[in-house]
Amino acid sequence: MKNFFLGVDLGSTTSKAVIINEEDQIIGRGITNTRSNYSVAADIARDEAVFNGRFSILKKKLSGEIAARSEYKKYIDDLESVFQYEQFKVRLDKLGDELLKTCRSYFKEQQKQEEIIGHLRNIRRSFKPVIKHDYLYNNLGSRNQFFRDIVSEKYNEEVGKLSMSLFEPLMTVWDKSISPAENQLITFDFAELVQKAMDELDEKYKNIPDTYADNESVNFDAELNLLKGNYNQVSETLRKHIEEITRLDFKITNMTGTGYGRALLPFPEDCIRSEILCHAFGAHAIFPDTRTVLDIGGQDTKAIQVDKYGLVTSFQMNDRCAAGCGRYLGYIADEMSISLNELGPMALQSEKEVTICSTCTVFAGAELRELTNMGEKREDILGGLHKAIIMRAMSLIARSGGVFNEFTFTGGVARNPAVIKYLTHFIEESYGTDIKINIHTDSIFMGALGGAMFARRNIRAELPSKSGKKEFSNESSAAN
Amino acid sequence: MKTQEQEVVKEKSMLIQKEMLANLFTELSNSRETGKKVVYTFVPGNLTELILSFDMLPVYPEINALQSGMRKKSAGYIRDAEKLGFSEDVCTYVKCDIGMMLNGNIGPTGEKLPPPDLLLLSYTGCFTFMKWFENLERLYPGVPVAMLHTPYQEDGNVTPEQIDYMVKQLNEDVIPKMEAVSGKKLDMNRLSQMMVNSATSEDLLVKILQSAKNKPSPIDAYFAGVYYIGPMFTAFRGTSEAVDYYSQLNNEVQDRISKGLGPITPEGEIGEEKFRLVVEGPPNWTNFREFWKIFYDMGAVIVASSYTKVGGVYDLGFRHDPAHPLESLSRYCMGCYTNMNLPQRVDLLADYVTEYSADGFLINSIKSCNSFSAGQLMIMREIEHRTGIPVGFIESDLVDPRYFSYANIKNRLESFFQMLEQRRIIMSQEQR
Repeated sequence: MKNFFLGVDLGSTTSKAVIINEEDQIIGRGITNTRSNYSVAADIARDEAVFNGRFSILKKKLSGEIAARSEYKKYIDDLESVFQYEQFKVRLDKLGDELLKTCRSYFKEQQKQEEIIGHLRNIRRSFKPVIKHDYLYNNLGSRNQFFRDIVSEKYNEEVGKLSMSLFEPLMTVWDKSISPAENQLITFDFAELVQKAMDELDEKYKNIPDTYADNESVNFDAELNLLKGNYNQVSETLRKHIEEITRLDFKITNMTGTGYGRALLPFPEDCIRSEILCHAFGAHAIFPDTRTVLDIGGQDTKAIQVDKYGLVTSFQMNDRCAAGCGRYLGYIADEMSISLNELGPMALQSEKEVTICSTCTVFAGAELRELTNMGEKREDILGGLHKAIIMRAMSLIARSGGVFNEFTFTGGVARNPAVIKYLTHFIEESYGTDIKINIHTDSIFMGALGGAMFARRNIRAELPSKSGKKEFSNESSAAN
Repeated sequence: MKTQEQEVVKEKSMLIQKEMLANLFTELSNSRETGKKVVYTFVPGNLTELILSFDMLPVYPEINALQSGMRKKSAGYIRDAEKLGFSEDVCTYVKCDIGMMLNGNIGPTGEKLPPPDLLLLSYTGCFTFMKWFENLERLYPGVPVAMLHTPYQEDGNVTPEQIDYMVKQLNEDVIPKMEAVSGKKLDMNRLSQMMVNSATSEDLLVKILQSAKNKPSPIDAYFAGVYYIGPMFTAFRGTSEAVDYYSQLNNEVQDRISKGLGPITPEGEIGEEKFRLVVEGPPNWTNFREFWKIFYDMGAVIVASSYTKVGGVYDLGFRHDPAHPLESLSRYCMGCYTNMNLPQRVDLLADYVTEYSADGFLINSIKSCNSFSAGQLMIMREIEHRTGIPVGFIESDLVDPRYFSYANIKNRLESFFQMLEQRRIIMSQEQR
């Protein structure tokens, strides 16, 4: 039986899980923005990583066939996307239940209650097919979108179409229902959901010609075209493999918890490690020549110096103030009424960054309104804000001793293209163009990856605990 | 009984010290009746033997401030000083001290402190001391001020000219003012006799601090160290009580070495010594016990620290000299840690790392203390570069509880200790 290793990173904004195999390869990734309960967040992220792991094992197993027949890959990718939709649907039902429950307890008056419930039903009826379509045809599941973000965007859209007098009651019901729905740990039956997803795919492929007719904007997709009229045969060939990974006993041999909530994880004490070590180790695992790591997370920024073993030699973190971190961007996005994902691309459009003097999140909001009133372009204001974030990070990097080759950027904020633009500019300006800058697509998972790496590599190197101490003293005397 | 179990473990030397301090504060509160004159002065570069030789009593405002911090009174004092107009960025020792005066000048033992008869500004290294006394001068109008200017060791050494300059200040300004206030003539023999006691105590203190070279170290040279330096850095240097105290303490330490025991903590014996650290910077006083606990819970022992050298770096060899009292007072003032230039500090700390076999180097940077914090990042990088051991950096404050964030500090220290542990394991695997 194969051994798998789990790393869980409980951040201030999101919780991440990564599963690796004995060869240090990433097998599964899971992420959630649930944050009311760390234990539930860890479980949600882990389950998601295990599901993702099953799909990637499937792809690995079939790698030979996939190389020869690209429709296999297409089928499996689609299957995972629809599988995610099936999960989404279950949670959406939970949200529906919560909304009804809230409505009944909140609106005592029968008539009002029925009116709101009627609107809720309509809202759901109109956005559900849109979301389904996004999952099935636009790969929504792979875009790391959270349940709350997906639903709230559509919900707000629908509420916006209704009369103003409904805004407050509908938003109140939403606010009271979303967290309980989001924070529920739902035990999904993988086999059942996979079967549903396969049925759903049959429908999708059957309708391919219609889909083209319905929507001419869909680009010609060679892989999809191969599946046309062929899907039955493909799904039958793959079925036994799918059933095999469904039955696979996913044995987590060892695990490590890290991040802000690590002390609250239901893990043994010796499986808990500081996120500084984990981010450094994760960055080192992906880019072994890393010497300086910058991690910008939800509420802290860390500049970490590592040696050739991936061991931390020193680090600096922001103290007392979290301006310039992920939450800062979240706040700015809220102030501008745009989504977090739109911030970076919009800032990239900037032609002349406005100087933002403030390094305080709350003041930056005020400054933003002031600058907007003065007629500055949104893009230029956002450019300035992104630049300000990097200026702060640069000062922290300097405190930690500067940048040494290679430089690896990790954390959720590393997905923001404008942040990358300004960071690259200032690193090159201050430390020269010879510095190799590494940014990985899995940068947000770096802490969890480092945790999983510790779980695999250092099984015997536990930190303060009774068993760990004993083993350690034996080891050191043997070394001497 | 539960309360007895929770009581802090105390050794005999601790009880002696407690009694010494209690007697001093009683003497201070009775000074009006006994007619003893009171001198307000500072710890780094203090002239304790000279003050005592005139039968005057010293008061150290920064000691009162740190005591107020430990007794959870500093928050209110600082608030009152800020109400008076002191900025958020002013040294919190100063604000705590001013606040204490505004609140009736009740000292750490609950007894009222007498106002000064002389303000003796013999500061070293820290220019805030000068501003502090300018404030005290206004708070106590008419009280004479004697100023002893200590030249900074800009070039890393003490020259004969600098000694002459200081002795001249002592002869022409400090001593005449002390004579005028006390009504006594300087008794050079008495001063010289006191220096015999000073040198004996200093020998013992060095022996005690250097005991941390043992493995395990019998002492914590920072958290317990701040208690060990108490009598030496304050009102007792040059007295026979100090000699008795250090003899007793040394016996206890030697006893611990022979038994192979580690340091004693407020919760009793420390467990296994897992990490040996050198620490730069003063401790936080408002959460002193909590702060210390993070270390001893992780088996971390501080084997050497710069803070325990602010009132004299005796391990570098300086002793008060009975044959040359005024010259040695001058040398003493110029030799205190904060009067050393940055390269000297780096040398000292790098030597500590080697001599005391430290696993890690940690800086506790103080938000409101410029004299300590300036240059700390450079010091840290130099130590890392020269010794190759992991370094850590945390931030807190002296006596302003608003700047002690337990969660942040614990998070960083945990990471630091895990860094040390990981390094040890990976390195031992690499060597095999």
